[in-house]
Parts: sequence; C-alpha cells; structure tokens
Amino acid sequence: MNPLAILGHAVLALTREAGAIALFTRRGVVAALMPPWYWSQLGAQLLRIGYFSLPVVGLTAVFTGAALALNIYTGGARFNAEQFVPNIVVLGITRELGPVLASLMLAGRVSAAMAAEIGAMRVTEQIDALETLSTDPFRFLVGPRILAAIITVPILVLVADIIGVMGGWAVSTQILGFNGATYIRNSVDFVTQWDVVSGLIKAAVFGFIIALMGCYHGYRSKRGAQGVGRATTNAVVSAAILIFAANYVLTTLFV
Amino acid sequence: MTDLAEPLKISIRDLHKSFGSNHVLRGVDLDVMPGRSMVVIGGSGTGKSVLLKCILGLISPDSGSICIDGKSVTRLSARKRAKVMSKFGMLFQGGALFDSLSVWENVAFRLLYADGVARKPAKERAEAALNQVNLGADVMGLSPAELSGGMQKRVGLARAIVAKPEILFFDEPTTGLDPITADVIDNLIRRQVTALGATAVSITHDMNSVRKIADDVAMIYEGKIIWRGVAKDVDNSGNPYVEQFVTGSENGPIKVLAR
Repeated sequence: MNPLAILGHAVLALTREAGAIALFTRRGVVAALMPPWYWSQLGAQLLRIGYFSLPVVGLTAVFTGAALALNIYTGGARFNAEQFVPNIVVLGITRELGPVLASLMLAGRVSAAMAAEIGAMRVTEQIDALETLSTDPFRFLVGPRILAAIITVPILVLVADIIGVMGGWAVSTQILGFNGATYIRNSVDFVTQWDVVSGLIKAAVFGFIIALMGCYHGYRSKRGAQGVGRATTNAVVSAAILIFAANYVLTTLFV
Repeated sequence: MTDLAEPLKISIRDLHKSFGSNHVLRGVDLDVMPGRSMVVIGGSGTGKSVLLKCILGLISPDSGSICIDGKSVTRLSARKRAKVMSKFGMLFQGGALFDSLSVWENVAFRLLYADGVARKPAKERAEAALNQVNLGADVMGLSPAELSGGMQKRVGLARAIVAKPEILFFDEPTTGLDPITADVIDNLIRRQVTALGATAVSITHDMNSVRKIADDVAMIYEGKIIWRGVAKDVDNSGNPYVEQFVTGSENGPIKVLAR
C-alpha cells in the first residue's frame, strides 16, 4: 500500500476517534451534571467505585509510602539529609504519588469493570433495551458513573494520602529510628493546604478520565467476547496514558 | 393492497441503510394496519433486524421515511424519541434483561425509571404482567441469570406488555428455544397481542411461529420487501422466493453461499 495512503488512513482514524470521544464526553458530561438523575444508580456507583476500592487504594498507598521513606533515607544519607524523610514523603505522596498511583490502580479496577459491564450490556442488547424503555442510556449508565468517579476518587486519594504518610511513618519509626511524634509534627508542619488540594484536584480530573474511558470503550464495544475483551484493555490503557498526560499538564499548572 | 380509508399504524417508504459498502436496506416499503400482527420473514443477513431497529429508532436510516400514526419519526431528538418509545413494547431475541436488577425490577423498569411510578404499585403491576405470561410471584426476586431461556423470554414479554403499549415488536421470539417452549411463547404472544388490541411487528425465520402469530406476512430479500400478503396465503404465495423459504429447500432462486 502507498505510504501516503497508510498515513492518510491513520490520520482519518485518529480524527474520527477524537471526534467520537469529544461527542461522547459532551453527552456524558451533560448527563452527569443536568437532571434528571437516577439516584439509585449514583448510589450504587458511589459504593462500587468508592467503598469497594478502599482496600486496593489503601494497600497501594501504604507500600508506596513505606518504599518512598526508605529511598529518601538512602538518598538523603549521601548528603546527610536523612532528617528530611517526613517532609519529602508527605510532599511526594500528596502532590504526586497519592493521586497518580491510586488513580492508576483505579484505572485497572474501575475502568476495566465499567468497560466490561457496559460492553456486555451492548453486545446483549441491554443498551438497546434501555432506549426502547424510554430511558436514555447516557443518563442511566454514563452520567452516574462519571459523577460518582469525580466525587469518590478525591476522597479515595485523601485516604491514600493519609495511609501513604502513615506507611512512611511506620518504616521510619520501626526501621530507620525516627521518633514517631516528631515525624508526624514535621510532616504536618511542612505540608501546605495547597499541596493536598492540588492533589485532590488532580484526583477529580483522573476520576473523570477513569469513568469516561471505561464508559466510552464499553459503549462502543464490538460484538462477541473478543469485542468486550478489547474494550476492557483499551479502557485501562487509554485511561492510564491520559492520567499520565493530564498529570503532567496539571503539574505544570500547579507548580 | 392497503385500505386507504383506514389510517396506517406504521408506514415505511423507500427506506435505505448502508454500513460502509454493505447496502442492507435498498428501498423498503411496508405498511402495518392498526391491530394487525405483521411478521417479516427472511433469511439471515437480509436486513430484517436492521429494518426493525430503524423502526425502533435504534439505527438512523440513510434515507426514506418511517411514520407512526401518520407522524414522521425518522429523525427525532432524544426527548421526542423517548415519547414515541412509550407507545412501544419490545421483546429482544436474547431477552436483553438487565443482569443487575431482579426479575420484577426488569419487568417494571419502564414504570420505575421512565414513568415515575412508585415501587409498590410498580411491583404489583409487574406481578400481574408476570401472571399473564404464566410466571408466578416466586420468580420475582430472582436474578435473570437464574432463569432458563424460555423463562427469560417470558419475562422479556412481561416487560414488553407491562405498560400496555400500542405497538409490540418481537425480534426472533422463538430462536434458541425447544419446539414446545417455542410454541408456548408463540401462544403467549398471540394471546397478549389480542388482549391488548395492539399492533405487532415481528421478524423471524421460524415458519411455525409465522403460522401462529401472523395476520399479515411480508418477505424481505436483499434489502427489499418482495412479497406481502395475509398469513393464510403464505403457503400458496405463487412467489418462488417465498415458496423456497416456506419449504426450506436448498433449490430455488435464493442462493445461500457457503461462507
């Protein structure tokens, strides 16, 4: 095939996909923000995305905080700067690692589950059935998921921040010989409100990305088990990449 | 063939739909009279499902018109489409029951989520609808996954009739069922369509089903309606395509390519 034709096809496919995502996003945002809302659906999603994700987010945070403390201690020892462990752990967790790592875990858990569920509904004609029952699938399926993710991911990240710092505290006090009360005081005195809030703003954006990609790929799932499988993979991969890209953009805005 | 003095319930004119280079509907014309049960027959891949989805508004046709009660529904906003949908009841081929909801919530879905009916009266109406399809209150709390294929079809039928629609649609209602269960479903469909006084449009390739539920029959072939008549004439249509389809013979004008 002509290389120019290949390039043309790729550009057209990319443009088509970008347009489809933009249109889907517009309908999804309108469904999330404008009434009527399906409260039972929103409640179910808040529980599913928020409450049931607590263990995975908590475990991610505690080990990340612990490993971070060890690394900073080792690196800091080269400059006799071991005492900065609490400061750097709290800064790293709240501004960067808490939101990014928790959201990546949620991309794996939540985006995949959304894509698989909505994809299965697509291939078994349940989404068509919703329309024939005078119910807008965007309002019933997409809106509640986006809204629930925007609400719950910042809360999960706040929990991850606290658990992450406590992971650092545990290693520092049990292995590295820090005083527990001093570690906590140093952390609290050093961290600013903006450090935490900027991380939570990131988390809300990442939550939006996680739900949007899960719903988008599920909604456009092709027929068959292979179609649903591909939708699930695409949801996780695209959500993860968009989280990294959005993280860079937001970090440049927040520094 | 159409009595113009009587208003048409559904009127389709010159309907076209393509998917890429695949021209599926190539100028479909079809009229359905009120209170009649129209069954569209045709082989796999002839455009039956696409035609049904165009009438339901799940697929937008490329050109042509679809009128319900004399009003065009070809291109409607989502809100107006939802209003038109309130006239419809649809039984999907696989049932399309919502996995996350119980049987009674599936049946009462339209009442709960579109019509704003409170849960208690909605549940009572769901129970009544389930009774009409020979299902008892014992299945109401089950999840759809716990039901057999025939029971899922019956729950789907209960969901279709619960809001007493003016038009019922059936997509391959007996596909995948054993002959006895298929006969039960056909009888239930016939009984419910008659009880509601509804207009019905079904698509199927099951001739036993056609003989049970049809008042009128149309045959679609290569994206066009090639024959239309009353159900009792289907065995003596004089149309070689219909004759081949009815007898299920390999020999005739319809060539099935090995794929």
